[in-house]
Amino acid sequence: MQRIGVFVCHCGTNIAATVDVSKVAEAAKHEPGVVYAVDYTFMCSEAGQDLIAQAIKDYGLTAIVVCSCSPRMHEATFRKVAEENGVNPYMVEIANIREQCSWVHKDMEEGTPKAITLMKTAVAKVNLDSPLQDGEAPVTKRALVIGGGIAGIQTALDIADCGYKVDIVEKDQTIGGRMAQLDKTFPTLDCSSCILTPRMTEVNQHPNIRLFTYSEVQEVSGFVGNFDVKILKKSRSVREKDCTGCGVCMTKCPSKKIPNEFNRGLNFRTAINIPFAQAIPNVPVIDKEHCIHFKTGKCGICAKVCPSHAVDYEIKDEVIEEKYGAIVVATGFNQIDLHKFGELGYGVSKNVISSLEYERIMSATGPTGGHIVRPSDGKEPKDIVFIQCVGSRCAPGDKRGKTYCSKICCMYTAKQSIMTCDHIPGAKCHVFYIDVRTPGKLFDEFYRRAVEQYGVDYIKGNVGKVTELPNGKLRVHGADLLDQKEIELDTDMVVLAGAIEPNPGIRPLATKLTLSIDNDNFLNEAHAKLHPVEAATAGVFMAGTVQGPKDIPETVAQAGAAAVKAVALLAKDKLKTNPCVAQPDELYCNGCSVCANVCPYGAITYIEKEVRDHGLRETRRLAQVNPSLCKGCGACTVACPSGAMNLKGFTNRQIMAEVDSVCQ
Amino acid sequence: MGEITQYSYFPGCTLKTKAKDLDRYARVCAEKLGAGLVEPDMWQCCGGVYPLGSDEIGNKLSSVRALNDAKEHGRELVTVCSACYHVIKRVNDDMANVPDIQKRANNYAQFDEPYTGETKVLHYLELLRDRIGFDKVKAAVTNPLTGKKIGAFYGCLLLRPSKILQFDDPENPSIIEDFITSLGATPVRYQMRNECCGGYRSMENQDLTHKLVSRIFADAKNAGCEELITACPLCWYNLNQYEGPDKLPVRYMTEVLAEAMGLLDEKPDASELEGVACKCMQDAGKEA
Amino acid sequence: MTPDEMKARDYILKIYDGDFTKCMHCGKCSASCAAYSAMDIKPHQFPSYMAHGKITELMNSKTIWECLGCSDCIERCPRDVKPGKLIDAVRQAVTRQRGGSHLYPEEIPAMVNPDMPQQLLVSVLRRERK
Repeated sequence: MQRIGVFVCHCGTNIAATVDVSKVAEAAKHEPGVVYAVDYTFMCSEAGQDLIAQAIKDYGLTAIVVCSCSPRMHEATFRKVAEENGVNPYMVEIANIREQCSWVHKDMEEGTPKAITLMKTAVAKVNLDSPLQDGEAPVTKRALVIGGGIAGIQTALDIADCGYKVDIVEKDQTIGGRMAQLDKTFPTLDCSSCILTPRMTEVNQHPNIRLFTYSEVQEVSGFVGNFDVKILKKSRSVREKDCTGCGVCMTKCPSKKIPNEFNRGLNFRTAINIPFAQAIPNVPVIDKEHCIHFKTGKCGICAKVCPSHAVDYEIKDEVIEEKYGAIVVATGFNQIDLHKFGELGYGVSKNVISSLEYERIMSATGPTGGHIVRPSDGKEPKDIVFIQCVGSRCAPGDKRGKTYCSKICCMYTAKQSIMTCDHIPGAKCHVFYIDVRTPGKLFDEFYRRAVEQYGVDYIKGNVGKVTELPNGKLRVHGADLLDQKEIELDTDMVVLAGAIEPNPGIRPLATKLTLSIDNDNFLNEAHAKLHPVEAATAGVFMAGTVQGPKDIPETVAQAGAAAVKAVALLAKDKLKTNPCVAQPDELYCNGCSVCANVCPYGAITYIEKEVRDHGLRETRRLAQVNPSLCKGCGACTVACPSGAMNLKGFTNRQIMAEVDSVCQ
Repeated sequence: MGEITQYSYFPGCTLKTKAKDLDRYARVCAEKLGAGLVEPDMWQCCGGVYPLGSDEIGNKLSSVRALNDAKEHGRELVTVCSACYHVIKRVNDDMANVPDIQKRANNYAQFDEPYTGETKVLHYLELLRDRIGFDKVKAAVTNPLTGKKIGAFYGCLLLRPSKILQFDDPENPSIIEDFITSLGATPVRYQMRNECCGGYRSMENQDLTHKLVSRIFADAKNAGCEELITACPLCWYNLNQYEGPDKLPVRYMTEVLAEAMGLLDEKPDASELEGVACKCMQDAGKEA
Repeated sequence: MTPDEMKARDYILKIYDGDFTKCMHCGKCSASCAAYSAMDIKPHQFPSYMAHGKITELMNSKTIWECLGCSDCIERCPRDVKPGKLIDAVRQAVTRQRGGSHLYPEEIPAMVNPDMPQQLLVSVLRRERK
């Protein structure tokens, strides 16, 4: 028999207002095994914890029951108190008499008997508890960062600077992500490439960082501290160690009419290609789908002209297997497809473009060398209209757009309008807005600059339709909601601030990592307020727009946060693992495989083992649980037809004892 | 000729009177293409406008009757007039998805079996595209309208609300352009083709409808249209009534179809019903 | 609101059966409205007039007779407010009243011409009378 101490918490009035806590403590005294019972205002406080510590000493307690709030709050607190005072931490049970009792009832007549029942149930369970020992798992001191944009780059640098090895896996052939496509960044108007490329170089040169570009994560297994990852390194058909990045191959490649993804389809590229001058690695990739050699067997010019003989059509895809202790997901965002907004002329008129396309036009590395011109005729526009919130802030169920605000558009439109006025003297910019959202440091001041210093015309009221006029201009049909007037504004170009969404690759990746993902494909963080960069899956973290729309400063901040969480993990030599895992009774197991089929974590395998069963000696097929993979969900114990499978800390006997308690 | 599939055909009041050509050519072409258009024994005007109030029932009943008649004959319902298509299809959606309307309408109508939206409603263009096939239409064309630059005027009733009508992309549609292509002509897209012509406001507010039609013609002409085609008698009226710059000839889509199939001026087999104008219209006719 | 206005408002909401509180005042409905120039109270103002109980103004507006029923506003509203349906509900609150008709049979002969399609006459009568 255990020597049980029962501690009933008032939780101020949270519990005490609807449960007579002294009555519960009194009732506890009569329960089998209970040698001490008391009620107290705040058990989680230092004084409350001291109460437990003292009682352990005074009464020789071997098991503790705390009747209080949900175990999610303070189970860890009370386990620690027990451990520090010589009681095994798994000999502690929490009876939730707050969330499951006092907070759902309105009067003591109902709350108190229920709280007493819950207390009795916890006592019945603790009587059958065993002193479990935490398991141990080693930690591989290497981190994996999935995504090589600014989020991934910053995370990798921060982890590497702490002295740990990091691998970056990037789907594109170069790191840099969206930031490499931007011209200037708000609110400082820093040149995006100028602040990004030093980081990119640092990543390339850092002794602790390895880059896998043109690569994808193929498979992930394992658990926190011990992830086994297969990385598919796609073949570039160019030997990285020999290529000097001279670019001769690109000048000679005859397959020239491929829409250039880096320039959002505004111009063309060749089949062998480096997307921009500062690409890292500065090594081209042969796009097999458009390469004449790979499609027809002819050509082969690039191999002939390469001065370093780096082109090799025989290079195959490679699968690299590596172990990691922590994984950070930073796969970034894309803009939504604006073709559904035909009333705004996207896809109909060449001069109606997305904001990201406009950013490429403004960039010196873009399709027009940084000269702002109309895509239709190459002429310089004198009047430009920006339309906000295209596909953002829609009602749930909207077929074309997202429910959320994309956060960055108000600021980048102010920036784009300022840049336009700088590039084209005398240009007039109009912004059709619903609200102007500027919630950052120096953000509102930046927007005011656009209005007051650059004369940008902000019009409250979204746009109904954009049509083309005979003279090649565009007519914007809108309504000014402040002046209450119909607007027919003739302009040269229309830029749509389209909503942003996570890159589509996140869905299959989330499945591989068993990550929770929301309806908009943003990764779910473990807690919206207090764990913004951790996934619910242990050992996996996130940074950047994959978690939600955000700008560069927020992304960099999140990257640092994710890095420190990863380092906290990698700094440990051993990880404690939860001992409440499944365990089969060898004498009852008949190797039927039902448990393995229901296990969501792949924790169960089978072994052949010699068993001695009541004088009989034979080799049987038995289930075996990997305690590191097992999460203690209990599905196998329920499915097991012979009752052989049991969950430590939640054994079948314990569950039945709890049920008996409730039914008394 | 091949076998003829029967469709329940709802002409609507205007096709029997002021828009006889729209009706006539629809029938002869359909028959030539293997679709038999059979009118219900009895039908009433759809009402011209869809009753938007959530509690309205009475003005939906004529549509319900037509739909149920089609169901009882095991046929899909085809209509040519954009307004009839709009009203009947939306009422059909109500009968399928709004329990209150389904219950009340069935209580009133007392059909042998309750009607719950079983009938499929097709516009004549959907009949051509989805049942007959534009390729077969093309094969039946004996007089291709090569070189003719034709603009489609969709108007508002065929396309919106798109969640219910699901006729085509509401902002950048293409079904009528594909139809025009199958006739051998060159479709010309212009952005105002899905905007309202002014509808019934042309009776009381000609300033407004004049402005709207003038926008449509200006955009169509700028894009290079030589003529416009439509499926709505009211659009046809508003566009043809217009006097002003950029005006283009406007014809019914079935007339153009008949021209391409060499069936212009063909009279259909079924006898035509002479429309009965109301007394005031007759008097007005006398005054004019 | 007066008691009569409250009754009218509830009646309008019953006919409308939508949610005008979803409106985010973006103005896309007014921007798309073909009849905007003919209206006094604009489409985007209807939800806020309803929210502020200015029912009499709505029922007395020119707007409810000028609306074309073209569904552009319903189609394009990103918030699924269905402004056109609200405008129609206000219109019906007027026409369903005794003496609420906007058009009388005796007025019609002066307005018609022989080319007018039946569809036009039927539509006008359906919208402007109960």
